[in-house]
Amino acid sequence: MYETHYHRASSAEDAVEKMGTADDGKYMSGGQTLIPTMKQRLAAPSDLIDLGHIDAMKGITVDNGKVTIGAATTHAEVASSTELGSACSGIASLAGHIGDPHVRNMGTIGGSIANNDPAADYPAAMLALNAEIMTTKRTIPADEFFTGMFETALEEDEIITAISYQAPQKCAYAKFPNPASRYAMAGVFVAQHADGVRVGVTGAGSDGVFRHSAMEDALNASWSSDAAAACDVDEADMLSDIHGDAAYRANLVKVMAKRAVEAAG
Amino acid sequence: MSEGIGARVLRKEDKRFITGNGKYTDDVRNEGQCYAAFVRSPHAHAKVNGINKSAAESMEGVEAVLDGHQLTGDGIGNIICGWAITSKDGSPMNMGAWSALATEYVRYVGDAVAVVIADSPANARTAAEAVDVDYEILPAVTAADIAMNSDSPQIHPEAPGNLIYDWEIGEKEATETAIAGAAYVCEMDVTNNRVAPNPMEPRSAVASYDASEDHYTLYTTSQNPHVARLVLSAFYQVAPEHKLRVIAPDVGGGFGAKIYIYPEEIVCLWASMKTKCSVKWTADRTEAFLTDAHGRDHISTAKMGFDANNKIVGFQIDTIANFGAYMSLFSSAVPTYLYATLLSGQYDITNIHCNVRAVYTNTTPVDAYRGAGRPEACYLIERMIETAARELGVDPGELRRNNFIQEFPHQTPVIMAYDAGDFAANLDAALAAADYAGFEARRSEAASRGKLRGIGLSSYIEACGIAPSAAVGSLGAGVGLWESAEVRVNPVGTIEVLTGSHAHGQGHETTFAQVVSDRFGLPTENIQIVHGDTDKVQFGMGTYGSRSGAVGMSAIVKALDKVEAKAKKIAAHMLEADEGDIVIENGEVKVAGTDKTLGWHEVCLGAYTAHNLPEGLEPGLKEGAFYDPANFTFPAGTYICEVEVDPDTGTTEIVQFVASDDFGTIINPMIVEGQVHGGIAQGVGQALLEQAVYDDNGQLLTGSYMDYAMPRADDLPSYKVSHESTICPNNPLGIKGCGEAGAIGSPPAVINAITNAIGNNDLSMPATPAKVWAAIQATSLKEAAE
Amino acid sequence: MTSVSMTVNGKSASGEVEDRTLLVQFIRENLRLTGTHVGCDTSQCGACVVHVDGKAVKACTMLAAQADGSEVTTIEGLAGDDLHPMQLAFKENHGLQCGFCTPGMIMAATDMVNRLGTDLDENTIRSELEGNICRCTGYHNIVKAIKDGASKM
Repeated sequence: MYETHYHRASSAEDAVEKMGTADDGKYMSGGQTLIPTMKQRLAAPSDLIDLGHIDAMKGITVDNGKVTIGAATTHAEVASSTELGSACSGIASLAGHIGDPHVRNMGTIGGSIANNDPAADYPAAMLALNAEIMTTKRTIPADEFFTGMFETALEEDEIITAISYQAPQKCAYAKFPNPASRYAMAGVFVAQHADGVRVGVTGAGSDGVFRHSAMEDALNASWSSDAAAACDVDEADMLSDIHGDAAYRANLVKVMAKRAVEAAG
Repeated sequence: MSEGIGARVLRKEDKRFITGNGKYTDDVRNEGQCYAAFVRSPHAHAKVNGINKSAAESMEGVEAVLDGHQLTGDGIGNIICGWAITSKDGSPMNMGAWSALATEYVRYVGDAVAVVIADSPANARTAAEAVDVDYEILPAVTAADIAMNSDSPQIHPEAPGNLIYDWEIGEKEATETAIAGAAYVCEMDVTNNRVAPNPMEPRSAVASYDASEDHYTLYTTSQNPHVARLVLSAFYQVAPEHKLRVIAPDVGGGFGAKIYIYPEEIVCLWASMKTKCSVKWTADRTEAFLTDAHGRDHISTAKMGFDANNKIVGFQIDTIANFGAYMSLFSSAVPTYLYATLLSGQYDITNIHCNVRAVYTNTTPVDAYRGAGRPEACYLIERMIETAARELGVDPGELRRNNFIQEFPHQTPVIMAYDAGDFAANLDAALAAADYAGFEARRSEAASRGKLRGIGLSSYIEACGIAPSAAVGSLGAGVGLWESAEVRVNPVGTIEVLTGSHAHGQGHETTFAQVVSDRFGLPTENIQIVHGDTDKVQFGMGTYGSRSGAVGMSAIVKALDKVEAKAKKIAAHMLEADEGDIVIENGEVKVAGTDKTLGWHEVCLGAYTAHNLPEGLEPGLKEGAFYDPANFTFPAGTYICEVEVDPDTGTTEIVQFVASDDFGTIINPMIVEGQVHGGIAQGVGQALLEQAVYDDNGQLLTGSYMDYAMPRADDLPSYKVSHESTICPNNPLGIKGCGEAGAIGSPPAVINAITNAIGNNDLSMPATPAKVWAAIQATSLKEAAE
Repeated sequence: MTSVSMTVNGKSASGEVEDRTLLVQFIRENLRLTGTHVGCDTSQCGACVVHVDGKAVKACTMLAAQADGSEVTTIEGLAGDDLHPMQLAFKENHGLQCGFCTPGMIMAATDMVNRLGTDLDENTIRSELEGNICRCTGYHNIVKAIKDGASKM
């Protein structure tokens, strides 16, 4: 790792101020992706601004079906939240399968979403849940937030403070992990809302997380695992690598969608 | 409770490991410690036109930047392969030059061209990035069969066509004739995938030079510190043997990868002399993937002929072995004497012929990895016999039984003379433990849940305890393969055993103590096993090839024989009895049939006070021995794997894994079972998960755990392990060895089970979900077409 | 450079370190507690697992500065005069061979019990070990050891 300057922020405003004085600063939440990247010398921020100790950015509230999760809430906290367990167990279950127990104790929802790794789990949920990404500057709908692999609508000094969404009638996530990294080779989050079904797909797409509109149409027509399995998934949109070609990933998207629908009930 | 042979004694070494007090090489830190970072080639094949070190030399904390011209200028020799193989035309093998730091050409990604010595690992790494190497990129080749093509890049001038040797064993014509006359011939192309060993402790070296004594000390992650010292001294001219101390302290797993002497150890020693600093290098995991010798990587085509009674009449094999960019220390022996000599398997086959071509490619060097040659042989034989059974429509277990060798000793047509075994006993035990008869019912039940269930067998044999020194010498080995021991009895009766074997997980501190405990009836806590330090221990050959029981313990037994004989002489004199009447048991020395007794400690003290010794007997009680094995040993057994495949995703779950092994005498069942568990896990890893993958330019695509799938706890089942033993007649304890069996026997059992489940035999390792799913699709398409 | 100060195994520990110093480097190099190991570069092998403020984390994926002010427990601080039940269970069940992954395994196992209780089944243990890699044991005896050790905690 190249040398850097560590700063611990006491509030989101403090963090933004510290970023303003840094040459080439980077926000760090749990650091579970950023630190390995820096260790490999693939990132070399002059300054690291640690968001992990900002209490105002932590915690989970459920109010009349409106779920709000602070950006610095860890995966372990989301996974074990009793409020989420009853209001939206799909996201709690998703969080419980990110990384491993030790990573889940450090990694946060805000960090995961801001990084938008094409094989990360949370972005699929944000799309399917029609979440709003709340930042120090504005509120961004998930549909406008994820703009491509590792790309988001965030500006350089902008910080995610929380995410929020109306709990759907039902939802679930199914993931097929890469045998080596255990990241998603295909992860599908399905959510049935009062105004229709939304399906977010991660890991499989050649341009990062995306909504699968054909799958949404199929599930709107018939909320059933058969409908999910029968849906066409275009291989041309899929990633191909040493772990699986596009045909395999297209199949996985269908199978994971089917399993997610079964799990959602 | 007895702590002798056969007892389930808990490990003496565990306490330091479970409390965090193990001492591994990277835990060593000397005063003013400096750190090495290597400048490595990012290209698989390139000409080095120049190295500009000036920017790096002036960077913070940098002591020195050293290159290969300086290394060879100081007389440091090339790295060699220590086993000479002769091609079938009588020509010697074509070994290319390997300098620890490349000077003119780099031949694989990771090949070291320079080293930076600095005051911290980070400063060394930063300066290494600043070393400017002018590479002229050359075309690269990674696959062994393609490397032999006339238009492929030439990697070493010494090896035209990249061919290292073209070797054969067995009778070609007789085998061809037998197969031509066979009632049925099974033909297969079989690939054995390249894997990376991955001991969890990365390789590490801490080298120090004491100018006032002109003496070097090297802490290193070695399975054989004396061999390391010998090779570093005699071949690489780093320092004379008596001026070099090599210490292999606690070592975090080896699996073969830590046998060899790598460029990094040589360079650290040399750099410590150049800089007058203690130099430390510890690999990160990516460096481990790039530079630890890989394993396997064979391509074979084979024919197995059967007569009308389903007896194998001939077995012919053509194998191409990928050696990577350089010949590692034992590389040449792996696809020859450790592979082709085992191609008879457990079967009575009169005619076998195997041709092996060894080939250079622009990849990481390949050498022995847990099993070394024997897994490749076993995988080939056991996939073919299972395939033959399916094609002949007979039960795979019964086809094996029909061909089992029944009488011992048995001379195979490929050198090996099996000394003892009962193959049917292990087959029967495994079939019973697996409830083989109940499989079809389980398959139906699985089908009702939408799962494809399959069962696969593997009856392996391997050769351990390698081997009579004269025999391996005649086959080209550069060393003898004996082992040494010294038993030091202290005046108070406690015992230190100095062994040339080295433990890196095998539990020698416990099992070796059990052998001593068994002899004299002493508690194991009174026995200390010393190993791993060339200043403490006499020359020894180290631990690999499952040899520490069959060879290492045999040396201890020989030394114990001498200690016992002398102790009896002393006791007979003290007790005024006949030497032949003295019995040593339960820590007491007795005259048989009388009540005359001395404590063991009294005899020991008597040896050292020397007040009352028999005339002419030297004082003291300390004896050494060297044991040279009389033959290989032949562990064998049957493994049965049962899987359920998810047809939607191609995921394989191992629902049962049964092992029945014949390891001869078992010293500590707990430790033997642990060795089998670990070996099976590595074999299952090779079969389901692991592969080192290169792209066409020679870039390693699996350079970290993000892309190289290591077996995790939830990839594996619990194992059912049992033993049906015959005693090895060729060593004093009757031991065969257990360290590699699991890795040898398990891969074909797994693949046979999956191919049985999915009804498609066209499946290679690793059987990843993607590959299995594709094989299922192919089967469905074929069925639809029919 | 930054100054960090934390409580490690019940004792206060502080030092001036480069900001980039990882917690595992601080533990191994500054405090010379070498039971915490490094086996990979990608936060997967778990040889470096320690507890920070009572939770298992990978010390190779946390800066020492992030742990400033925290309570850290390493393998060396797990037990008092007697072995911790989980340490003893690893010995009694032959849950280790080379010992390199063992400290991380034991720290992960005690964290598992802290979160999930003392009655752990085999499937739970296997899936909870996702972040810890062992190359020697095939996990069979590690799973047995954790089940046994948990029941005695």
